[in-house]
Amino acid sequence: MSLAVMPLLQQFVVLLAALALFLSFVLLAQTRLVAAIHVFAWQGALVAAVTFTVALTGHAGHLYFSAILTLILKALLIPWMLHRLVRRLGLERHTERLRHPALVVMAGVALVIFSYWLVLPMVEQGLAFTRNIIAVSLALVLIGLLMMVFRHQAVAQVLGFMSMENGLFLAAVSATAGMPLVVELGVAFDLLVAMVLFGVFFFQIRESIDSLDVDRLNRLTEVE
Amino acid sequence: MAPLLLTLLPPLIGGLALFLVRALGTAGRLNLAVSGLTLLGSLWLAWTVARVEVVAGLGFRIDAFNVYLIVLTAFVGLTTAIFSRPYMEHVQASGRISVLNLRLYHGLYQAFMLTMLVALTTDNLGVLWVAVEGATLATVLLVSLYRTPEAVEAAWKYFILCGVGIALALFGTVLTYFAAQLVLDDTESGLTWSVLHAHAGALDPTVMRIAFVFLLVGYGTKVGLVPMHQWLPDAHSEGPTPMSAVLSGLLLNVALYAVVRLKMLVDGSLAATDTPHLAGALLMGFGLVSFVVAALFLHRQRDIKRLFSYSSIEHMGLMTFAFGVGGPLATFGALLHMLVHSLTKSAIFVTVGHATHLAGTQSIERIRGLIRTQPAIGWSLLFGVVAIAGFPPFGVFTSEFLLLTATMQTYPWFTVVLLSGLAIAFAGLFRHLHPMVYGTAPEGQTPVSANLLPVFVHLGLVLWLGLAIPGFLAEWLDRATALITGGGVL
Repeated sequence: MSLAVMPLLQQFVVLLAALALFLSFVLLAQTRLVAAIHVFAWQGALVAAVTFTVALTGHAGHLYFSAILTLILKALLIPWMLHRLVRRLGLERHTERLRHPALVVMAGVALVIFSYWLVLPMVEQGLAFTRNIIAVSLALVLIGLLMMVFRHQAVAQVLGFMSMENGLFLAAVSATAGMPLVVELGVAFDLLVAMVLFGVFFFQIRESIDSLDVDRLNRLTEVE
Repeated sequence: MAPLLLTLLPPLIGGLALFLVRALGTAGRLNLAVSGLTLLGSLWLAWTVARVEVVAGLGFRIDAFNVYLIVLTAFVGLTTAIFSRPYMEHVQASGRISVLNLRLYHGLYQAFMLTMLVALTTDNLGVLWVAVEGATLATVLLVSLYRTPEAVEAAWKYFILCGVGIALALFGTVLTYFAAQLVLDDTESGLTWSVLHAHAGALDPTVMRIAFVFLLVGYGTKVGLVPMHQWLPDAHSEGPTPMSAVLSGLLLNVALYAVVRLKMLVDGSLAATDTPHLAGALLMGFGLVSFVVAALFLHRQRDIKRLFSYSSIEHMGLMTFAFGVGGPLATFGALLHMLVHSLTKSAIFVTVGHATHLAGTQSIERIRGLIRTQPAIGWSLLFGVVAIAGFPPFGVFTSEFLLLTATMQTYPWFTVVLLSGLAIAFAGLFRHLHPMVYGTAPEGQTPVSANLLPVFVHLGLVLWLGLAIPGFLAEWLDRATALITGGGVL
């Protein structure tokens, strides 16, 4: 599957998606919270750029709208909300010590390979573009999941969750030229509500365990 | 359309209004009225569907399969609202909750009902996803309503696990949409279930196979399938009891409903390949593991609400297994089991709510002598557990018997596993139940004011279903079975 034979706009989309994947790795290894939020915002901007590029190729007019929606929601609103929460929680200088940073990044690499392996039989019709894009978005989703598993800080876990959503947006936009508008609006609404609730929970968690290290949430166990 | 609007608008408008109502008494009564209206709407809807087979339009589609779940949802919503009014007054009197949170409680209760009903009525897989995610968002604040460290922990776990699960389901949905676009001319309808079902045979099997794995893991998290079940016992035990009743009785059903709808698509797509029963086999595997693991875990529980949430996992596992077995008889049994399990389990949670108020604790070790102190609660709990354990003449026996028969026909060896699982679960429930209802009551334990009407109605219905399934209901379930499997049993 040679990338060079694809139309120029598709090559550009793949490039943007690859950059988003790179940012996922940065997010995975970034220990400073504020910097991680910035990385997440850039990733959101990249997803918006992908949407815009796909819209340029022409099939669905409502993609321009969803590009703007993604930009506002993923690159501006949610990062701003997170930033504000971090300030109010007094975590601007918070850095998290990762236990095995090299191992986590290796696991991320393994997930990328796994994603490509999973997608390989799926698109045998020679759609190099779709294959790449689905594999990259799946990798984004899985790396987000990995981040939620390895991080013990509530804000970092939320960043992992949100970057999973970035992967989903990427898949929806580039592999299928966008979901129907009503679904896209619904997903965006759910995401926004989820972000507000996450904010509420940061304060509830801090009130109950005096920290945001969710490893200390360990009162409920099966064996007493 | 009118009956559909009467079903969906009351929870929408009522939910918004309830956020504003300050007085607890008014809020409770309004909640009741809204739930009553919803039930009326759903009955009207059921009557319409009985005459015209399918009500469709505006992106909604109601057929024999979902209409019975809609009526069930509205019905359990109403009876739980009846229970919730005095229960929340008791909670407020005990000072565990602020006035603001109480307003939140009633508003979110209706928001939850709305998301359940939208998930059941919609014809669009994307909207289905949005609604199921919305159900998580509506209930997560209710789980942490009491603001204890345990409640906050349970809510966080619930939020994160279900959020991740449901994100994977969205990936599956995107893949389905992708498969549809390779086939359909009109790409906008690529998420419409009825269109997809009509073209199921043409959907690319490789894509659908991978999509179904994501969808099953995603929605399976909400069904409470092992090993994605971790959130369920915590959320049930720490949230307010009316919430446990609707979570167990309704939310799990809706998630399973989503899985079955998607299985219908995948079965159509894989029919011509060399693995036509892949979806069924996956459901059987997950179902059986959940069933057995939950039955074993029943023995170790110390919290009464955790005990019954594991019982829910066990029954959801059984239903998932039955849908996986496929075939008209197993499907009919599973549909009936969804109905009787919902009714019985919500009745049990209502009783448990009263029992915990009576004993002042959720710890099984300290709940003793219910029959001595307040016979109505004690006997209700006893009969509820007898029903859920699958004793005749209750309806759970009928459905479990059907499931066992169907398994015997198709996979005889699994009957052994099922029977031993049922026996283990029975022992697990009764070793805890016996001292709770018969033991000597601690000194100074006094009766509480209890409204057991919902329990009597639910258990009465389950008994009726066990003795004789009314003709119209049997026909109704049979039509749903025919819809899912292509052939009825009657």
